[in-house]
Amino acid sequence: MTSVTKVNRRGFLKAGLGTAAGLTLSFAIPEKALRAQTAGSAAYPLNGYIHIGVDDTVTLVLPKSEMGQGPVTSLSQILADELDADWTKIRTQFAPVDPKLYGPLQGTFGSMSTRTGWDPMRKAGATARAMLVATAARRWNVPVSECRTENGAVIHNGERLSYGSIAEDAAKLPAPTGIALKNAGEYKLIGKSLKRLDTPAKVNGSATFGIDAKVPGMQYAVLARCPVIGGKVASFDATKAKAVPGVKQVVEISNGVTVLADNTWNAMEGRRALEVHWDEGALANLDSPGIRKMMDEGASQPGAVARKAGDGWDALASAGKKLDAVYEAAYMSHAPMEPMNCTAHVRADGCDIWAATQIQTAARQAGAQITGLPPEKVNVHTLYLGGGFGRRGSADFIAEAVEISKAAGTPVKLTWSREDDMTHDLYRPASVTRFAGALDAEGWPAVWTTRVGCPSFQGIQNGVDRAAVEGIADIAYAIPHIQVEYNKADPGIPTTYWRSVGYSQNTFFTESFLDELAAAGGKDPLEVRRRLLAKNARMLAVLELAAEKAGWGKPLLAGHGRGIAVVNNIGSFNAQVAEVSVTEGKLRVHRMVCAVDCGQVINPAIVEAQIQSGIVYGLSAALKGGITIKNGRVEQQNFNSYEVLRIHEMPVVEVHIVPSQNAPGGIGEASTPTTAPAVANAVFAVTGKRLRRLPIRPEDLA
Amino acid sequence: MAIKFNLNGKPQTVDVPAQMPLLWVLRDTLGMTGTKFGCGMALCGACTVHQNGQAIRSCITPISSVAGKNITTIEGLSPDSTHAVQKAWLELDVPQCGYCQSGQIMAAAALLAKKSRPSDADIDEVMRGNICRCGTYQTIRQAIHRASDILVASNGAPGSKRGVA
Repeated sequence: MTSVTKVNRRGFLKAGLGTAAGLTLSFAIPEKALRAQTAGSAAYPLNGYIHIGVDDTVTLVLPKSEMGQGPVTSLSQILADELDADWTKIRTQFAPVDPKLYGPLQGTFGSMSTRTGWDPMRKAGATARAMLVATAARRWNVPVSECRTENGAVIHNGERLSYGSIAEDAAKLPAPTGIALKNAGEYKLIGKSLKRLDTPAKVNGSATFGIDAKVPGMQYAVLARCPVIGGKVASFDATKAKAVPGVKQVVEISNGVTVLADNTWNAMEGRRALEVHWDEGALANLDSPGIRKMMDEGASQPGAVARKAGDGWDALASAGKKLDAVYEAAYMSHAPMEPMNCTAHVRADGCDIWAATQIQTAARQAGAQITGLPPEKVNVHTLYLGGGFGRRGSADFIAEAVEISKAAGTPVKLTWSREDDMTHDLYRPASVTRFAGALDAEGWPAVWTTRVGCPSFQGIQNGVDRAAVEGIADIAYAIPHIQVEYNKADPGIPTTYWRSVGYSQNTFFTESFLDELAAAGGKDPLEVRRRLLAKNARMLAVLELAAEKAGWGKPLLAGHGRGIAVVNNIGSFNAQVAEVSVTEGKLRVHRMVCAVDCGQVINPAIVEAQIQSGIVYGLSAALKGGITIKNGRVEQQNFNSYEVLRIHEMPVVEVHIVPSQNAPGGIGEASTPTTAPAVANAVFAVTGKRLRRLPIRPEDLA
Repeated sequence: MAIKFNLNGKPQTVDVPAQMPLLWVLRDTLGMTGTKFGCGMALCGACTVHQNGQAIRSCITPISSVAGKNITTIEGLSPDSTHAVQKAWLELDVPQCGYCQSGQIMAAAALLAKKSRPSDADIDEVMRGNICRCGTYQTIRQAIHRASDILVASNGAPGSKRGVA
């Protein structure tokens, strides 16, 4: 249970608030309760601070990173609604790292911000409002019940006291408990498409991203890493690099050889001149066909059981019509627009890190580990993220910058080139997944078995990595016999979270194979889903809404086809209908119709933007990209060899939101999973060709 | 070597290697970080600025080639975010992460300077050079049409019909 408490002067400093005048409240679940409540879960409640200044500004200190998904705006909106704040007076700042307050995993991941912020933000707003009302009532000597609040002020009989004018007095009252929250009908800001608070700084170049950090005296660094994954420096000759104008130092660190210069360009020139001999290590002979074989072996053998329903695999023996299929997905790079970078300053008495990071505690841990300093001596300054998508949850690039600053004895800004970023990513895992299914006598799916061969980055429990099988083990379809198995098949390519994680490839597998079963039974893809989701009202609702808005079953232009897919992930429900054509082997996606139920909507415009965003990310992964390995090296280097969707390939995207007063679900990763299967199912509808691998390649369409 | 050019309407002299790209001169030498590094190969458009009114990729533009030219960056597009493209971007809340948006805005502004009523095909032709990984493309297209409306209205130009692809 979140408790809202007043903050003393020491707390101001801890929260990173510059000014103490006014009313500051922290909203936090006490650490002990936090640990008990969240044991084994990643869903930490969102703790934080609010400060109401004597100048009427309301500052929210937010332990969340802004990477476009909108928490700066949407969480402020929740707070401001309960507070009845003046929206134009809302300010936000990114919180310093503080595991005591924000939990051992302070960060932004799993589409959690709104889900975990919904209750604490409302309680903080309501508590502050109650204190301000009590203060005003006392000053006017009137009952609290005769006062109301509006737009950052307490009002009584035409008299008005702005929050700032009474904030200091309000701070003298104890923080009350058990304050009632608004009913949905009373919301003034929640549910409105308020303008994003971060837009003004993002249209005039003033927004400060990680790469824009500047520290007096800093040197600019680039790092030469072994082109083979996992390789190390054998020897190097810095003579030519040091001769490049502007180059100041050449220093070896654990990950390679770094060149420091007076600007990024000169550092890059120095790196071009640097001669390094590499010990290529264990993966020097690894290539994509070998990786695929390893994963297919994993998918071809009995594995750890992730789910079993009915008779599982055994039901296949006595089943009617049977169907087998092998699906696969390639490694994918995150490729955010801002390449990895970090600015670090290591001193004897402390370390400062300026970074676009998704996980502040991981950044601090990396800093402490490398410097040997106690963690509380490592400060993390969070700047805007030029895209995250899961990539910035890893602290590899932060560790590098800290190590360079320590070795070079100077503040440094490390910048990765696009080639560095693409060839030394931690990738979305590749996977090979085998299905065997069967139909009952009426042609409805009756048996569903899946074996997954896929790397593990999250850790194995009872033989299973949940991230590797999510989207498969938790399919919502009422099929009598289900068995899902997993075998770890990991060649050593670094992998991590990638927008929507396991669902990003697994929902493509499951929603495509379900279509195969439908076709084998002579059923309409929508009809099969309707039947198998009959008891899942929220999934059914998005399915029906997407189908209706897309005109499912209605005539299409000649050569066009429709495909449908549905998923429940991150606490939200998402269905998409794709409309595509294939002309002379060229696939064109014309229209994506999406229905989403993400519970209570805070800001519909942000929801719509995130749905569009997830669809574009999903389309890039379905139609383009794909990381391949040759001789232990990533073959793709830049946006010419790892293509992504561009504006001329953009379909019309329609977003339809199911009105709901359920607690908010996530939104950042809601729409990515269903995009690829909707497109692939549409290709089947129009060509009869079943696409079983991602990304889709031209030869798959021929 | 010392190179002179006009930056956002003011004379500027820098003493840097002749081959150093304008991008890094702007960002590191002059501390103007609104222009972004994305790919270094003119593949993504994040570094787009104007040279004598034309959109160029500053990541592959050697500073020596800029001598005597007029360079405009996002910081100089307008003093107060009142350029028609910025107005439209604000109105439609285009940015998500925002990293590519300086480049998108500069590319759109150069397009509209040439063609005040661009068709969807015109937009595709120019804006396909600018990648957005957040997928703001649909809103960018709407915002360019909106900026066109703002521009045409403020120029008092006859309300010519919007071009068709």
